[in-house]
Amino acid sequence: MTFWERNQLKLAPFIFLAPAILVFLIYVIYPIFDSIWVSFHEWNGMDKSGIRGNGKPNWEFVGFKNYITLFTDDDEFYVSLFNNIRWLIFSLLAVPIGLALALFVNQKILGIRYIKSLFYFPFVINAVVIGVIFTWFYNPKYGALSLVLGFFGLDPIPMLADENLATYGIIIASFFPGIAYTMILYITGLTGVSREMIEAGRIDGASGFTMLWHVVLPQLRPATLIAVVVTLVGALRAFDLIAVMTAGGPWGSSEVLAYKMYQEALFNFRMGYGAAIATILFLIMDIYIAWFLYRLFKNERSEK
Amino acid sequence: MFPTPIQNYSLKINIGYRVLLVFTLIIWLLPLIAVMLTSIRTFDDVLAGNYWTFPEETALVSNYVAVFADGKMAGFFLNSLIITIPTVIGTLFLSSLAGYSLAMHRFKLNLLVFAMFIAGNFVPYQILMIPVRNISIELGMYNSHLGLIIFHIAFQTGFCTFFLRNFIKELPFELIEAARADGATEWTIYRKIIIPLTIPALAALGVLEFTFIWNDYFWALILTQGDTVKPITVGLDVLRGQWTTAWNLVSAGSVVAALPPVIMFFILQRQFIHGLTFGAVKG
Repeated sequence: MTFWERNQLKLAPFIFLAPAILVFLIYVIYPIFDSIWVSFHEWNGMDKSGIRGNGKPNWEFVGFKNYITLFTDDDEFYVSLFNNIRWLIFSLLAVPIGLALALFVNQKILGIRYIKSLFYFPFVINAVVIGVIFTWFYNPKYGALSLVLGFFGLDPIPMLADENLATYGIIIASFFPGIAYTMILYITGLTGVSREMIEAGRIDGASGFTMLWHVVLPQLRPATLIAVVVTLVGALRAFDLIAVMTAGGPWGSSEVLAYKMYQEALFNFRMGYGAAIATILFLIMDIYIAWFLYRLFKNERSEK
Repeated sequence: MFPTPIQNYSLKINIGYRVLLVFTLIIWLLPLIAVMLTSIRTFDDVLAGNYWTFPEETALVSNYVAVFADGKMAGFFLNSLIITIPTVIGTLFLSSLAGYSLAMHRFKLNLLVFAMFIAGNFVPYQILMIPVRNISIELGMYNSHLGLIIFHIAFQTGFCTFFLRNFIKELPFELIEAARADGATEWTIYRKIIIPLTIPALAALGVLEFTFIWNDYFWALILTQGDTVKPITVGLDVLRGQWTTAWNLVSAGSVVAALPPVIMFFILQRQFIHGLTFGAVKG
Protein backbone atom coordinates (compact mmCIF):
# COMPACT_ATOMS: atom_id res chain seq x y z
CA MET A 1 0.00 0.00 0.00
CA THR A 2 1.37 3.36 -0.91
CA PHE A 3 1.30 6.31 1.45
CA TRP A 4 -1.49 7.88 -0.63
CA GLU A 5 -3.68 4.78 -0.50
CA ARG A 6 -3.32 4.46 3.26
CA ASN A 7 -4.06 8.07 4.04
CA GLN A 8 -6.42 8.87 1.23
CA LEU A 9 -9.46 9.54 3.40
CA LYS A 10 -7.53 11.95 5.57
CA LEU A 11 -5.82 13.79 2.74
CA ALA A 12 -8.62 13.92 0.20
CA PRO A 13 -10.66 16.64 1.94
CA PHE A 14 -7.70 19.01 1.91
CA ILE A 15 -6.91 18.38 -1.73
CA PHE A 16 -10.54 18.67 -2.78
CA LEU A 17 -11.05 21.84 -0.80
CA ALA A 18 -7.73 23.50 -1.51
CA PRO A 19 -8.55 25.28 -4.79
CA ALA A 20 -11.87 26.64 -3.55
CA ILE A 21 -10.46 27.74 -0.21
CA LEU A 22 -7.40 29.28 -1.83
CA VAL A 23 -9.30 31.54 -4.24
CA PHE A 24 -11.87 32.35 -1.57
CA LEU A 25 -9.20 33.37 0.93
CA ILE A 26 -7.39 35.55 -1.60
CA TYR A 27 -10.41 37.27 -3.14
CA VAL A 28 -12.97 37.35 -0.31
CA ILE A 29 -11.54 36.78 3.17
CA TYR A 30 -8.25 38.63 2.92
CA PRO A 31 -9.85 41.69 1.25
CA ILE A 32 -12.28 42.08 4.17
CA PHE A 33 -9.42 42.44 6.65
CA ASP A 34 -7.36 44.53 4.25
CA SER A 35 -10.27 46.95 3.78
CA ILE A 36 -10.65 47.36 7.53
CA TRP A 37 -6.90 48.02 7.77
CA VAL A 38 -7.06 50.58 4.95
CA SER A 39 -9.94 52.34 6.75
CA PHE A 40 -7.52 53.45 9.49
CA HIS A 41 -5.35 55.22 6.95
CA GLU A 42 -5.38 58.18 4.66
CA TRP A 43 -4.48 56.87 1.23
CA ASN A 44 -4.89 58.30 -2.25
CA GLY A 45 -4.42 54.90 -3.89
CA MET A 46 -0.93 55.66 -5.16
CA ASP A 47 2.36 53.96 -4.27
CA LYS A 48 2.28 53.55 -0.50
CA SER A 49 5.85 54.72 0.07
CA GLY A 50 5.51 57.81 -2.14
CA ILE A 51 5.03 61.44 -1.16
CA ARG A 52 2.17 63.67 -2.31
CA GLY A 53 2.45 67.15 -3.81
CA ASN A 54 1.71 68.74 -0.43
CA GLY A 55 4.59 66.90 1.20
CA LYS A 56 2.40 64.38 3.05
CA PRO A 57 2.90 60.66 2.43
CA ASN A 58 0.47 58.84 0.13
CA TRP A 59 -0.22 56.32 2.89
CA GLU A 60 -0.54 57.54 6.46
CA PHE A 61 -1.98 55.95 9.60
CA VAL A 62 -4.71 58.16 11.04
CA GLY A 63 -6.48 55.89 13.55
CA PHE A 64 -10.21 56.47 13.75
CA LYS A 65 -10.06 59.81 11.94
CA ASN A 66 -12.02 58.59 8.91
CA TYR A 67 -14.82 57.28 11.10
CA ILE A 68 -14.92 60.46 13.18
CA THR A 69 -15.13 62.58 10.03
CA LEU A 70 -17.92 60.38 8.69
CA PHE A 71 -20.07 60.71 11.76
CA THR A 72 -19.35 64.30 12.71
CA ASP A 73 -18.48 66.16 9.56
CA ASP A 74 -20.16 64.62 6.53
CA ASP A 75 -23.81 65.40 5.86
CA GLU A 76 -23.71 63.25 2.72
CA PHE A 77 -22.93 60.23 4.89
CA TYR A 78 -26.19 60.72 6.77
CA VAL A 79 -28.08 61.24 3.52
CA SER A 80 -26.65 57.91 2.29
CA LEU A 81 -27.36 56.12 5.54
CA PHE A 82 -30.91 57.43 5.60
CA ASN A 83 -31.39 56.37 1.98
CA ASN A 84 -30.16 52.89 2.88
CA ILE A 85 -32.82 52.77 5.58
CA ARG A 86 -35.45 53.86 3.04
CA TRP A 87 -34.24 51.09 0.72
CA LEU A 88 -34.42 48.56 3.54
CA ILE A 89 -37.97 49.52 4.52
CA PHE A 90 -39.57 50.11 1.14
CA SER A 91 -37.99 47.28 -0.80
CA LEU A 92 -39.63 44.90 1.67
CA LEU A 93 -42.93 45.77 -0.03
CA ALA A 94 -41.80 43.32 -2.71
CA VAL A 95 -42.50 40.48 -0.25
CA PRO A 96 -46.28 40.97 0.30
CA ILE A 97 -46.79 42.05 -3.33
CA GLY A 98 -45.00 38.92 -4.53
CA LEU A 99 -47.15 36.82 -2.21
CA ALA A 100 -50.33 38.48 -3.49
CA LEU A 101 -49.36 37.87 -7.12
CA ALA A 102 -48.36 34.27 -6.33
CA LEU A 103 -51.76 33.61 -4.75
CA PHE A 104 -53.43 35.32 -7.70
CA VAL A 105 -51.84 33.06 -10.32
CA ASN A 106 -51.87 29.86 -8.25
CA GLN A 107 -54.65 28.20 -10.27
CA LYS A 108 -54.72 25.25 -12.58
CA ILE A 109 -56.06 26.64 -15.85
CA LEU A 110 -55.03 26.25 -19.45
CA GLY A 111 -51.79 28.07 -20.26
CA ILE A 112 -51.04 29.08 -16.66
CA ARG A 113 -47.48 27.78 -16.99
CA TYR A 114 -46.75 30.30 -19.73
CA ILE A 115 -48.45 33.09 -17.83
CA LYS A 116 -46.32 32.31 -14.78
CA SER A 117 -43.08 32.36 -16.73
CA LEU A 118 -44.03 35.70 -18.27
CA PHE A 119 -44.50 37.04 -14.74
CA TYR A 120 -41.12 35.63 -13.68
CA PHE A 121 -38.75 36.62 -16.41
CA PRO A 122 -38.11 40.27 -15.44
CA PHE A 123 -36.01 38.70 -12.69
CA VAL A 124 -33.29 37.69 -15.15
CA ILE A 125 -33.03 41.11 -16.80
CA ASN A 126 -29.94 42.97 -15.67
CA ALA A 127 -30.05 46.15 -13.62
CA VAL A 128 -28.55 48.27 -16.40
CA VAL A 129 -31.41 47.41 -18.75
CA ILE A 130 -33.98 47.91 -15.97
CA GLY A 131 -32.35 51.22 -15.11
CA VAL A 132 -32.29 52.39 -18.71
CA ILE A 133 -35.95 51.45 -19.17
CA PHE A 134 -37.11 53.24 -16.04
CA THR A 135 -34.98 56.31 -16.69
CA TRP A 136 -36.74 56.63 -20.00
CA PHE A 137 -40.08 55.87 -18.33
CA TYR A 138 -39.54 58.78 -15.89
CA ASN A 139 -38.20 61.21 -18.51
CA PRO A 140 -40.39 64.33 -18.09
CA LYS A 141 -40.30 65.13 -21.79
CA TYR A 142 -40.51 61.74 -23.53
CA GLY A 143 -41.40 59.35 -20.73
CA ALA A 144 -44.46 57.15 -20.36
CA LEU A 145 -45.11 58.49 -16.86
CA SER A 146 -45.64 62.02 -18.22
CA LEU A 147 -47.85 60.59 -20.92
CA VAL A 148 -50.05 58.85 -18.36
CA LEU A 149 -50.13 61.91 -16.09
CA GLY A 150 -50.95 64.11 -19.09
CA PHE A 151 -53.85 61.84 -19.91
CA PHE A 152 -55.33 62.72 -16.51
CA GLY A 153 -54.55 66.40 -17.04
CA LEU A 154 -51.62 66.39 -14.60
CA ASP A 155 -48.22 68.03 -15.01
CA PRO A 156 -45.19 65.80 -15.55
CA ILE A 157 -43.28 64.79 -12.40
CA PRO A 158 -39.49 64.79 -12.89
CA MET A 159 -39.02 61.74 -10.64
CA LEU A 160 -35.26 61.39 -10.95
CA ALA A 161 -34.50 65.12 -10.98
CA ASP A 162 -36.37 65.74 -7.74
CA GLU A 163 -34.27 65.46 -4.57
CA ASN A 164 -37.16 64.05 -2.56
CA LEU A 165 -38.39 61.58 -5.13
CA ALA A 166 -35.26 60.21 -6.83
CA THR A 167 -34.65 57.41 -4.32
CA TYR A 168 -38.27 56.30 -4.46
CA GLY A 169 -38.13 56.33 -8.25
CA ILE A 170 -35.15 53.95 -8.13
CA ILE A 171 -36.72 51.70 -5.49
CA ILE A 172 -39.82 51.36 -7.68
CA ALA A 173 -37.58 50.25 -10.57
CA SER A 174 -36.01 47.66 -8.24
CA PHE A 175 -39.47 46.19 -7.61
CA PHE A 176 -39.64 44.88 -11.14
CA PRO A 177 -37.06 42.09 -10.68
CA GLY A 178 -37.63 42.05 -6.91
CA ILE A 179 -41.31 41.18 -7.03
CA ALA A 180 -40.69 38.60 -9.75
CA TYR A 181 -38.24 36.92 -7.39
CA THR A 182 -40.49 36.84 -4.31
CA MET A 183 -43.30 35.61 -6.52
CA ILE A 184 -41.19 32.67 -7.75
CA LEU A 185 -40.34 31.80 -4.14
CA TYR A 186 -43.97 31.88 -3.03
CA ILE A 187 -45.34 29.90 -5.95
CA THR A 188 -42.82 27.17 -5.23
CA GLY A 189 -43.67 27.44 -1.54
CA LEU A 190 -47.37 27.11 -2.27
CA THR A 191 -46.85 23.79 -4.01
CA GLY A 192 -45.54 22.46 -0.70
CA VAL A 193 -48.53 23.57 1.38
CA SER A 194 -50.29 20.54 2.81
CA ARG A 195 -53.68 19.74 1.33
CA GLU A 196 -54.86 18.02 4.51
CA MET A 197 -54.28 21.09 6.63
CA ILE A 198 -56.22 23.28 4.17
CA GLU A 199 -59.09 20.78 4.22
CA ALA A 200 -58.97 20.66 8.02
CA GLY A 201 -59.04 24.46 8.06
CA ARG A 202 -62.07 24.47 5.78
CA ILE A 203 -63.93 22.08 8.08
CA ASP A 204 -63.14 24.41 10.97
CA GLY A 205 -64.75 27.19 8.97
CA ALA A 206 -61.59 29.06 7.98
CA SER A 207 -61.56 30.72 4.59
CA GLY A 208 -60.01 33.63 2.72
CA PHE A 209 -57.82 35.80 4.90
CA THR A 210 -58.16 33.71 8.09
CA MET A 211 -57.05 30.64 6.17
CA LEU A 212 -54.13 32.55 4.65
CA TRP A 213 -53.01 33.92 8.00
CA HIS A 214 -53.46 30.89 10.24
CA VAL A 215 -52.96 27.93 7.93
CA VAL A 216 -51.07 28.92 4.78
CA LEU A 217 -48.58 31.56 5.92
CA PRO A 218 -47.08 29.45 8.72
CA GLN A 219 -46.30 26.79 6.12
CA LEU A 220 -44.77 29.40 3.83
CA ARG A 221 -42.28 30.46 6.49
CA PRO A 222 -39.17 29.09 4.73
CA ALA A 223 -40.14 31.02 1.58
CA THR A 224 -40.86 34.19 3.57
CA LEU A 225 -37.54 33.89 5.34
CA ILE A 226 -35.55 33.63 2.14
CA ALA A 227 -37.61 36.39 0.51
CA VAL A 228 -36.92 38.76 3.42
CA VAL A 229 -33.21 37.93 3.73
CA VAL A 230 -32.52 38.22 0.01
CA THR A 231 -34.55 41.44 -0.28
CA LEU A 232 -32.74 43.04 2.66
CA VAL A 233 -29.30 42.00 1.42
CA GLY A 234 -30.28 43.31 -2.02
CA ALA A 235 -31.37 46.62 -0.47
CA LEU A 236 -28.02 47.01 1.30
CA ARG A 237 -26.23 46.11 -1.94
CA ALA A 238 -28.20 48.61 -4.03
CA PHE A 239 -25.71 50.11 -6.43
CA ASP A 240 -26.31 49.25 -10.09
CA LEU A 241 -29.67 50.98 -10.46
CA ILE A 242 -28.42 54.10 -8.68
CA ALA A 243 -25.29 54.28 -10.84
CA VAL A 244 -27.32 53.86 -14.03
CA MET A 245 -30.35 56.01 -13.18
CA THR A 246 -29.06 59.02 -11.22
CA ALA A 247 -25.35 58.51 -10.46
CA GLY A 248 -26.33 59.46 -6.91
CA GLY A 249 -27.89 62.76 -7.95
CA PRO A 250 -29.47 65.21 -7.94
CA TRP A 251 -26.80 66.69 -5.61
CA GLY A 252 -26.07 63.41 -3.92
CA SER A 253 -29.68 63.01 -2.80
CA SER A 254 -30.07 59.42 -4.03
CA GLU A 255 -26.69 58.15 -2.83
CA VAL A 256 -26.49 55.09 -0.60
CA LEU A 257 -23.44 53.86 1.35
CA ALA A 258 -22.40 51.49 -1.44
CA TYR A 259 -22.45 54.25 -4.02
CA LYS A 260 -20.83 56.86 -1.80
CA MET A 261 -18.01 54.43 -1.04
CA TYR A 262 -17.36 53.92 -4.76
CA GLN A 263 -17.39 57.67 -5.37
CA GLU A 264 -15.03 58.51 -2.51
CA ALA A 265 -12.54 55.76 -3.33
CA LEU A 266 -12.35 55.90 -7.12
CA PHE A 267 -13.30 59.50 -7.95
CA ASN A 268 -12.10 61.48 -4.94
CA PHE A 269 -9.09 59.17 -4.40
CA ARG A 270 -9.93 58.81 -0.70
CA MET A 271 -9.32 55.07 -0.32
CA GLY A 272 -9.18 55.14 3.48
CA TYR A 273 -12.38 57.13 3.71
CA GLY A 274 -14.11 54.81 1.23
CA ALA A 275 -12.87 51.78 3.15
CA ALA A 276 -14.35 53.23 6.34
CA ILE A 277 -17.75 53.51 4.64
CA ALA A 278 -17.39 49.94 3.36
CA THR A 279 -16.54 48.76 6.87
CA ILE A 280 -19.70 50.36 8.27
CA LEU A 281 -21.75 48.74 5.52
CA PHE A 282 -20.05 45.44 6.32
CA LEU A 283 -20.88 45.77 10.04
CA ILE A 284 -24.55 46.39 9.20
CA MET A 285 -24.54 43.31 6.95
CA ASP A 286 -22.92 41.26 9.71
CA ILE A 287 -26.17 41.37 11.65
CA TYR A 288 -27.81 39.37 8.87
CA ILE A 289 -24.83 37.09 8.36
CA ALA A 290 -24.71 36.23 12.07
CA TRP A 291 -28.43 35.62 12.22
CA PHE A 292 -28.39 33.44 9.09
CA LEU A 293 -25.46 31.33 10.34
CA TYR A 294 -27.11 30.95 13.74
CA ARG A 295 -30.28 29.62 12.16
CA LEU A 296 -28.37 27.32 9.83
CA PHE A 297 -26.33 25.69 12.56
CA LYS A 298 -29.36 25.30 14.76
CA ASN A 299 -30.89 23.29 11.91
CA GLU A 300 -27.69 21.30 11.35
CA ARG A 301 -27.65 20.29 15.00
CA SER A 302 -31.33 19.35 15.12
CA GLU A 303 -30.76 17.05 12.13
CA LYS A 304 -28.19 15.00 13.99
CA MET B 1 -55.13 23.83 -2.76
CA PHE B 2 -55.05 27.45 -1.72
CA PRO B 3 -56.64 29.66 -2.93
CA THR B 4 -59.79 27.66 -3.74
CA PRO B 5 -59.61 26.32 -7.30
CA ILE B 6 -61.32 28.74 -9.65
CA GLN B 7 -63.20 25.82 -11.21
CA ASN B 8 -65.36 25.66 -8.06
CA TYR B 9 -66.87 29.04 -8.91
CA SER B 10 -69.45 30.18 -11.46
CA LEU B 11 -68.70 30.57 -15.14
CA LYS B 12 -68.87 34.36 -14.82
CA ILE B 13 -66.17 34.43 -12.17
CA ASN B 14 -64.10 32.02 -14.24
CA ILE B 15 -64.20 34.29 -17.26
CA GLY B 16 -63.65 37.34 -15.08
CA TYR B 17 -60.59 35.75 -13.50
CA ARG B 18 -59.01 34.95 -16.82
CA VAL B 19 -59.60 38.44 -18.17
CA LEU B 20 -58.15 39.98 -15.01
CA LEU B 21 -55.15 37.64 -15.20
CA VAL B 22 -54.27 38.66 -18.73
CA PHE B 23 -54.89 42.32 -17.90
CA THR B 24 -52.54 42.15 -14.88
CA LEU B 25 -49.90 40.41 -16.96
CA ILE B 26 -50.04 43.13 -19.61
CA ILE B 27 -49.70 45.88 -16.98
CA TRP B 28 -46.79 43.97 -15.41
CA LEU B 29 -44.97 43.66 -18.72
CA LEU B 30 -45.85 47.13 -20.01
CA PRO B 31 -42.31 48.52 -19.60
CA LEU B 32 -40.88 45.59 -21.56
CA ILE B 33 -43.57 45.75 -24.23
CA ALA B 34 -42.77 49.45 -24.70
CA VAL B 35 -39.07 48.66 -25.07
CA MET B 36 -39.69 45.90 -27.60
CA LEU B 37 -42.02 48.08 -29.66
CA THR B 38 -39.64 51.03 -29.49
CA SER B 39 -36.73 48.90 -30.59
CA ILE B 40 -38.45 48.50 -33.97
CA ARG B 41 -39.58 52.11 -34.36
CA THR B 42 -38.03 54.67 -36.64
CA PHE B 43 -36.44 57.72 -35.02
CA ASP B 44 -39.26 59.97 -36.34
CA ASP B 45 -41.79 57.69 -34.72
CA VAL B 46 -39.93 57.99 -31.40
CA LEU B 47 -39.82 61.78 -31.66
CA ALA B 48 -43.57 61.86 -32.30
CA GLY B 49 -43.90 60.38 -28.81
CA ASN B 50 -45.48 57.09 -29.80
CA TYR B 51 -45.24 54.49 -27.10
CA TRP B 52 -47.84 51.83 -27.18
CA THR B 53 -49.12 51.88 -30.75
CA PHE B 54 -47.69 49.32 -33.11
CA PRO B 55 -45.33 51.25 -35.41
CA GLU B 56 -46.72 51.85 -38.91
CA GLU B 57 -43.29 51.70 -40.41
CA THR B 58 -40.98 49.20 -38.73
CA ALA B 59 -37.24 49.58 -38.50
CA LEU B 60 -36.48 46.21 -36.99
CA VAL B 61 -33.54 45.37 -39.19
CA SER B 62 -32.09 48.85 -39.49
CA ASN B 63 -32.22 49.53 -35.73
CA TYR B 64 -30.55 46.29 -34.76
CA VAL B 65 -27.99 46.68 -37.53
CA ALA B 66 -27.33 50.22 -36.33
CA VAL B 67 -26.77 48.96 -32.78
CA PHE B 68 -24.06 46.62 -33.98
CA ALA B 69 -22.79 48.93 -36.73
CA ASP B 70 -19.99 50.74 -34.91
CA GLY B 71 -18.64 47.37 -33.84
CA LYS B 72 -18.63 48.14 -30.13
CA MET B 73 -21.82 46.31 -29.27
CA ALA B 74 -20.59 43.09 -30.88
CA GLY B 75 -17.36 43.41 -28.89
CA PHE B 76 -19.21 43.94 -25.61
CA PHE B 77 -21.46 40.99 -26.33
CA LEU B 78 -18.47 38.79 -27.08
CA ASN B 79 -16.72 39.97 -23.90
CA SER B 80 -19.76 38.96 -21.88
CA LEU B 81 -19.60 35.47 -23.34
CA ILE B 82 -15.83 35.20 -22.84
CA ILE B 83 -16.23 36.17 -19.18
CA THR B 84 -19.42 34.28 -18.38
CA ILE B 85 -18.86 30.80 -19.81
CA PRO B 86 -15.45 30.01 -18.24
CA THR B 87 -16.66 31.48 -14.95
CA VAL B 88 -19.65 29.13 -14.84
CA ILE B 89 -17.53 26.08 -15.67
CA GLY B 90 -14.75 27.01 -13.24
CA THR B 91 -17.15 27.78 -10.41
CA LEU B 92 -19.02 24.52 -10.84
CA PHE B 93 -15.78 22.56 -10.88
CA LEU B 94 -14.28 24.11 -7.75
CA SER B 95 -17.50 24.13 -5.80
CA SER B 96 -18.46 20.54 -6.66
CA LEU B 97 -15.06 19.39 -5.37
CA ALA B 98 -15.44 21.46 -2.22
CA GLY B 99 -19.10 20.54 -1.81
CA TYR B 100 -18.31 16.82 -2.04
CA SER B 101 -15.64 17.13 0.59
CA LEU B 102 -17.74 19.18 2.99
CA ALA B 103 -20.68 16.80 2.59
CA MET B 104 -18.93 13.44 2.75
CA HIS B 105 -15.62 13.83 4.56
CA ARG B 106 -15.34 14.06 8.31
CA PHE B 107 -12.59 16.31 9.54
CA LYS B 108 -12.08 19.06 12.09
CA LEU B 109 -13.02 22.54 10.90
CA ASN B 110 -15.54 21.10 8.44
CA LEU B 111 -18.34 23.31 9.73
CA LEU B 112 -16.04 26.29 10.05
CA VAL B 113 -15.00 26.08 6.39
CA PHE B 114 -18.65 25.68 5.44
CA ALA B 115 -19.58 28.75 7.50
CA MET B 116 -16.82 30.73 5.80
CA PHE B 117 -18.26 30.00 2.36
CA ILE B 118 -21.76 30.99 3.44
CA ALA B 119 -20.76 34.14 5.27
CA GLY B 120 -18.50 35.33 2.44
CA ASN B 121 -21.43 35.08 0.15
CA PHE B 122 -23.40 37.82 1.94
CA VAL B 123 -20.56 40.28 2.20
CA PRO B 124 -21.18 43.71 0.60
CA TYR B 125 -19.10 44.13 -2.56
CA GLN B 126 -17.66 47.42 -1.35
CA ILE B 127 -15.66 45.81 1.45
CA LEU B 128 -13.84 43.80 -1.23
CA MET B 129 -13.55 46.54 -3.81
CA ILE B 130 -10.27 48.31 -2.99
CA PRO B 131 -8.18 45.17 -2.20
CA VAL B 132 -9.58 43.17 -5.13
CA ARG B 133 -8.78 46.02 -7.48
CA ASN B 134 -5.25 46.24 -6.07
CA ILE B 135 -4.70 42.48 -6.24
CA SER B 136 -5.81 42.50 -9.89
CA ILE B 137 -3.44 45.36 -10.68
CA GLU B 138 -0.52 43.66 -8.92
CA LEU B 139 -1.14 40.34 -10.65
CA GLY B 140 -1.32 42.16 -14.00
CA MET B 141 -4.92 41.05 -14.45
CA TYR B 142 -6.57 44.47 -14.22
CA ASN B 143 -8.59 45.19 -17.36
CA SER B 144 -8.36 41.60 -18.59
CA HIS B 145 -10.99 38.91 -19.07
CA LEU B 146 -8.98 36.62 -16.83
CA GLY B 147 -9.04 39.09 -13.94
CA LEU B 148 -12.82 39.22 -13.98
CA ILE B 149 -13.17 35.47 -14.50
CA ILE B 150 -10.93 34.57 -11.56
CA PHE B 151 -12.60 37.03 -9.22
CA HIS B 152 -16.08 35.83 -10.21
CA ILE B 153 -15.07 32.19 -9.74
CA ALA B 154 -13.70 32.98 -6.29
CA PHE B 155 -16.76 34.89 -5.14
CA GLN B 156 -19.39 32.60 -6.65
CA THR B 157 -17.68 29.53 -5.22
CA GLY B 158 -19.14 30.55 -1.85
CA PHE B 159 -22.75 30.30 -2.91
CA CYS B 160 -22.24 27.25 -5.12
CA THR B 161 -20.34 25.29 -2.48
CA PHE B 162 -23.14 26.00 0.00
CA PHE B 163 -25.72 24.80 -2.50
CA LEU B 164 -23.83 21.69 -3.64
CA ARG B 165 -22.74 20.63 -0.17
CA ASN B 166 -26.38 20.55 0.92
CA PHE B 167 -27.40 18.71 -2.23
CA ILE B 168 -24.65 16.08 -1.98
CA LYS B 169 -25.38 15.57 1.71
CA GLU B 170 -28.81 14.22 0.71
CA LEU B 171 -27.26 11.53 -1.49
CA PRO B 172 -27.08 8.01 0.00
CA PHE B 173 -23.84 7.70 1.93
CA GLU B 174 -23.92 3.87 1.51
CA LEU B 175 -23.09 4.28 -2.19
CA ILE B 176 -19.83 5.98 -1.33
CA GLU B 177 -19.00 3.54 1.44
CA ALA B 178 -19.56 0.63 -0.94
CA ALA B 179 -17.31 2.22 -3.56
CA ARG B 180 -14.61 2.85 -0.96
CA ALA B 181 -14.85 -0.77 0.16
CA ASP B 182 -14.34 -1.79 -3.47
CA GLY B 183 -11.13 0.22 -3.49
CA ALA B 184 -12.30 3.18 -5.55
CA THR B 185 -10.19 6.29 -5.08
CA GLU B 186 -11.79 9.49 -3.87
CA TRP B 187 -11.22 11.03 -7.29
CA THR B 188 -13.04 8.11 -8.96
CA ILE B 189 -15.92 8.44 -6.52
CA TYR B 190 -16.15 12.16 -7.29
CA ARG B 191 -16.10 11.55 -11.03
CA LYS B 192 -18.12 8.37 -11.36
CA ILE B 193 -20.65 8.69 -8.52
CA ILE B 194 -20.95 12.22 -7.23
CA ILE B 195 -20.93 14.12 -10.53
CA PRO B 196 -23.54 11.96 -12.31
CA LEU B 197 -25.87 12.14 -9.30
CA THR B 198 -25.35 15.89 -8.96
CA ILE B 199 -26.24 16.75 -12.55
CA PRO B 200 -29.65 18.26 -11.65
CA ALA B 201 -28.07 20.57 -9.08
CA LEU B 202 -25.23 21.47 -11.45
CA ALA B 203 -27.74 22.33 -14.18
CA ALA B 204 -29.74 24.49 -11.79
CA LEU B 205 -26.62 26.30 -10.60
CA GLY B 206 -25.30 26.60 -14.13
CA VAL B 207 -28.26 28.61 -15.42
CA LEU B 208 -28.37 30.68 -12.25
CA GLU B 209 -24.67 31.49 -12.38
CA PHE B 210 -24.85 32.29 -16.08
CA THR B 211 -27.48 34.89 -15.28
CA PHE B 212 -25.61 36.35 -12.29
CA ILE B 213 -22.35 36.71 -14.19
CA TRP B 214 -23.92 37.97 -17.41
CA ASN B 215 -25.78 40.60 -15.38
CA ASP B 216 -22.78 41.72 -13.34
CA TYR B 217 -22.22 45.44 -13.58
CA PHE B 218 -20.30 46.43 -10.46
CA TRP B 219 -17.20 44.27 -10.87
CA ALA B 220 -16.95 45.01 -14.55
CA LEU B 221 -16.98 48.69 -13.63
CA ILE B 222 -14.27 48.22 -11.00
CA LEU B 223 -11.95 45.85 -12.87
CA THR B 224 -12.03 47.19 -16.43
CA GLN B 225 -11.08 50.34 -18.25
CA GLY B 226 -11.72 51.34 -21.85
CA ASP B 227 -13.81 49.23 -24.21
CA THR B 228 -11.69 46.14 -24.92
CA VAL B 229 -12.74 43.98 -21.97
CA LYS B 230 -16.06 45.52 -20.88
CA PRO B 231 -19.06 43.19 -20.86
CA ILE B 232 -22.38 44.23 -22.29
CA THR B 233 -23.86 45.63 -19.06
CA VAL B 234 -21.24 48.35 -18.74
CA GLY B 235 -21.11 48.60 -22.54
CA LEU B 236 -24.80 49.41 -22.76
CA ASP B 237 -24.32 52.15 -20.18
CA VAL B 238 -21.52 53.61 -22.32
CA LEU B 239 -23.46 53.39 -25.59
CA ARG B 240 -26.53 54.93 -23.98
CA GLY B 241 -24.50 58.09 -23.49
CA GLN B 242 -23.71 58.17 -27.21
CA TRP B 243 -27.23 57.49 -28.42
CA THR B 244 -28.82 60.01 -25.99
CA THR B 245 -32.43 60.44 -27.09
CA ALA B 246 -32.37 57.85 -29.90
CA TRP B 247 -34.61 55.71 -27.71
CA ASN B 248 -35.16 53.25 -30.55
CA LEU B 249 -31.43 52.41 -30.50
CA VAL B 250 -31.27 52.44 -26.70
CA SER B 251 -34.19 50.02 -26.67
CA ALA B 252 -32.68 47.72 -29.27
CA GLY B 253 -29.41 47.71 -27.32
CA SER B 254 -31.29 46.88 -24.13
CA VAL B 255 -33.03 43.97 -25.80
CA VAL B 256 -29.69 42.59 -26.99
CA ALA B 257 -28.13 42.96 -23.52
CA ALA B 258 -31.07 41.26 -21.81
CA LEU B 259 -31.65 38.48 -24.31
CA PRO B 260 -29.21 35.65 -23.46
CA PRO B 261 -30.38 35.16 -19.85
CA VAL B 262 -34.00 35.53 -20.96
CA ILE B 263 -33.63 32.84 -23.62
CA MET B 264 -31.84 30.61 -21.16
CA PHE B 265 -34.60 31.18 -18.62
CA PHE B 266 -37.36 30.17 -21.01
CA ILE B 267 -35.52 27.05 -22.19
CA LEU B 268 -34.32 25.86 -18.78
CA GLN B 269 -37.07 27.26 -16.61
CA ARG B 270 -37.45 24.19 -14.44
CA GLN B 271 -33.73 24.07 -13.56
CA PHE B 272 -33.71 27.80 -13.00
CA ILE B 273 -36.57 27.77 -10.53
CA HIS B 274 -35.19 24.72 -8.82
CA GLY B 275 -31.92 26.57 -8.21
CA LEU B 276 -33.58 29.78 -7.15
CA THR B 277 -36.01 28.28 -4.68
CA PHE B 278 -33.56 25.89 -3.11
CA GLY B 279 -34.59 25.71 0.54
CA ALA B 280 -37.83 27.66 0.04
CA VAL B 281 -39.99 24.59 0.52
CA LYS B 282 -40.09 22.54 3.68
CA GLY B 283 -38.22 19.39 2.82
